[in-house]
Amino acid sequence: MIEVAHLTKCYGDFLAVDDLSFSIEEGHVYGFLGPNGAGKSTTMNIMTGCLSATAGHVAIDGHDIFEHPREAKRWIGYLPEQPPLYLNELPEEYLRFVGEAKGLRGQQLREQIDSVIEQTGIQKVRRQCINTLSKGYRQRVGIAQALLGDPKVIILDEPTVGLDPIQIIEIRDLIQALGKTHTVIFSSHILSEVQTICEKILIIAHGKLIAFDTPENLERQLLSPSEVTILAEATADECAAILDSVRHITGRQLEDGGQGRTRLRLSTDLSDVHDLARSLFFSFAKAKKPLVELSVKKANLEDIFLELTEQSPAAAPTEAPAADSQETEAVSQ
Amino acid sequence: MIAVFKHELRSHFHSLTAYVFGAFLLAFVGIWAMQYNLQSAVSNFEYVLGDSSLIFAVLVPILTMRVIAEERKQKTDQLLYALPISTVEVVLGKYLALLVLLLIPLAVISLYPLLFAQFGDVYLPTSYGSLLAFFLLGAALIAVGVFISCLTENQGMAAGIGVAAMLLNYFSVSLSEYVSATALGSVITIIVIFLLLGFLIRYLTHNGNVAYWVSFVLIAVTVAVYVMDSSLFEGLLPKVMEQLSLFSRFTVVVNGVFDLTAIVYYLTVLGFFLFLSVQSLEKRRYN
Repeated sequence: MIEVAHLTKCYGDFLAVDDLSFSIEEGHVYGFLGPNGAGKSTTMNIMTGCLSATAGHVAIDGHDIFEHPREAKRWIGYLPEQPPLYLNELPEEYLRFVGEAKGLRGQQLREQIDSVIEQTGIQKVRRQCINTLSKGYRQRVGIAQALLGDPKVIILDEPTVGLDPIQIIEIRDLIQALGKTHTVIFSSHILSEVQTICEKILIIAHGKLIAFDTPENLERQLLSPSEVTILAEATADECAAILDSVRHITGRQLEDGGQGRTRLRLSTDLSDVHDLARSLFFSFAKAKKPLVELSVKKANLEDIFLELTEQSPAAAPTEAPAADSQETEAVSQ
Repeated sequence: MIAVFKHELRSHFHSLTAYVFGAFLLAFVGIWAMQYNLQSAVSNFEYVLGDSSLIFAVLVPILTMRVIAEERKQKTDQLLYALPISTVEVVLGKYLALLVLLLIPLAVISLYPLLFAQFGDVYLPTSYGSLLAFFLLGAALIAVGVFISCLTENQGMAAGIGVAAMLLNYFSVSLSEYVSATALGSVITIIVIFLLLGFLIRYLTHNGNVAYWVSFVLIAVTVAVYVMDSSLFEGLLPKVMEQLSLFSRFTVVVNGVFDLTAIVYYLTVLGFFLFLSVQSLEKRRYN
């Protein structure tokens, strides 16, 4: 569907996108994940023909976006970071303009406008000036605009930034619904969002693609050693004696927990960390030493994300001008 | 292009600019028509247009200031780039909508000579010839205004630069009497202009080499010609300033000579500035 090959974009001396290659297949929801200034917006702008590339190719359904923009753009609906709305118009008027610009006429245009208004749930405000709409509704009008012309791919740049929690959930539901009929690519720097909605995740940092897989695979491949933390009513020496009888402990850390208790952090090479928890429970019970706390810590995608994006070349990640300037929230929300 | 045209026209009528432009143009032409044709009982309608042309220097920038600047400010230009329409279509659609706004008051004005002809002897060919030239003058100035609007995202700035540029153009003939008419003065000015042209090319294309070479070759040719025959540059500068004036060519038409070079000049200016507008928009894709 979309082929991105060796894409590079420089802003003066700053390398915003660095030799990026990936391909997007039809019928999935793709999450484009990366910290601020990673080059997400820049990549999306290039994929949709809003920006030129310094080097590389983007082909949409076989049409090169730079050489045959008209054919290529027909397949894409794009919502930039800031929804491009004419504030003194009604959503209906606005959608009519976009529809006409996408080559729709007459009956077809009216039908499509009605259908995208219904899909995005803006029936109530279709005759209310865009100026007066809330941010959530403006975002919906922006998505409606992207849906016009029945494109196969919908590209959304940070569609949930700046919305309140209820609006965020609504927009996420909308994206999921769209994912059933379209290929959706959306960017975010919020991991949990991408994790819940997407079937495939692309993680980019410093303009480079550093991971591209399903959320489950990413978790499995990159799982860091798992840990069990316990608080036992026993002295450190007693604990050490008990631990000697438990197998599969690869690392241990003991510290005084106060009131005659000891806090232990244990790591294991077992594939299921709960097996270790079970044997610990029985060993301590056998020695009549009560466990007052027991918790299992499993590496999650958040850790992977942080680890991956921090590992990358530590070239000072200065903000890409214009591209990511709107992003204000913290990286790991 | 039709979509942009329709959208643009609708938004002009939404936002009062269309009405303000039309009303002021009609008011000024009306006042002069009152002065000349009614009070002084002069039967030449073209003089009215001749004196009204100055108002274009103020009204056209107000009309064109937001055309592109506002799109950039509201970030709606991203939509235009992402839509399956070319920048040429965007600029043409916007330009044609502006021409319609100019044509509406002119349609009303075109009735005046006929009206006056009912009460006296009006020479209609000069009247309508002048009206056509008046329209083309406006059309050329609108193209200049559109280009200026491409350069900034601040409407006020676009209007300010526009008014300044057009007033300068209006007065360039009278100013030309005060600039240096010597050969050396002309050469120096030409070199400065070529350097500026080089910077403009660099700004538009982001290609330093081309810009430097164009400037360098042009300047070298100028110097070479000056060394060979300096008399060629005698009085060149004032002459060029007179030639560049859009308004002074209109005066020629008003005085009863339907000068085809004026028409060709207007069309050239119009085409050139629309071309520059397209390039300027296209350049933003390469920033």
